Amino acid sequence: MAGTAVRGRLTWQTATVSSLTRETPSVCTIALDVPHWGGHQAGQHLDVRLTADDGYQAEREYSIAAAPGEPVAITVERLDDGEVSPYLTDDLRTGDELEIRGPVGGYFVWEAGPHDRPLLLVAGGSGIVPLRAILRHRQRTGATVPTRLLYSARSLADVIYREELGQYHDGVQVSYTLTRSQPPGWTGHTGRVDAALLAEVAWPASQDPVAYVCGPTNFVEAAAAGLIGLSYPDQRVKTERFGGTGGP
Amino acid sequence: MDALDGNAIAGLLRDVFGTEMTAASGTCAVCGATRPVAETRVYVQAPGTVVRCRSCSSLLMVITEVRGVKCVDLRGLAVLDSTPAG
Repeated sequence: MAGTAVRGRLTWQTATVSSLTRETPSVCTIALDVPHWGGHQAGQHLDVRLTADDGYQAEREYSIAAAPGEPVAITVERLDDGEVSPYLTDDLRTGDELEIRGPVGGYFVWEAGPHDRPLLLVAGGSGIVPLRAILRHRQRTGATVPTRLLYSARSLADVIYREELGQYHDGVQVSYTLTRSQPPGWTGHTGRVDAALLAEVAWPASQDPVAYVCGPTNFVEAAAAGLIGLSYPDQRVKTERFGGTGGP
Repeated sequence: MDALDGNAIAGLLRDVFGTEMTAASGTCAVCGATRPVAETRVYVQAPGTVVRCRSCSSLLMVITEVRGVKCVDLRGLAVLDSTPAG
């Protein structure tokens, strides 16, 4: 009953789960077969709606983990007290159907351009998801914009897409900070993302960079304030906060 | 409950306004700050969705749904311009 989409309006449609990938014990990537998908930009979201047997509905927005042109996928972190995420990460099976609509959002998006500013990506926990779409988009379009990713996670086991992120070379520098526990011999960063760590890792403001910061609210507030403190102009620090308890 | 931001209600705003609104700029009727809607403080756990100014915390928008009808209060906004801010 998706009907004809009225121009400008979003229509719910039924997507089919085409594959599930366990990223960490609490995080799962869900690839979706979406019959009517008009394409998306790196950084956009989609809405998922679950309907219980009694008719109760819950909607959540998830960042799209795939680059434009790739099959649609979302990466979901289980929140133990969540209404929606435990179903998506633990109960969903290949072939199951999900109601979705999208893409939505037009602010926290990145497009490759001819005169790109150096790109700084700062992720806390599952805030890596839209930034992964940006990295993949950069790669697929052959963009050469110098890029740095600073990814804060509680432990190495909590790092999502670890293998994939390890494969970036040309022009992409990936730095991790592990805030809660570090493996023996860890040579990466260890503290929370703050002004001192950003001063070390971020592009100097003189290079006219643009920053995308995504993570839990407190993480984003701290990182954005740190970048403003390093003289990044307000409008060059794009932020996206989510309510997950997962934390960096 | 931590506040989210305007990105979190991209779908809801698209529903209400019929177009992408997170990159739109909103001007607070109280303090005059102009920022992208994506950068507002958003509380989704309230009865309805409450959108506040990041600069002065004043109420910008309240969106509630009553029996399937969305009620939208925009009195806290002096300007809402759907042309993306530079």
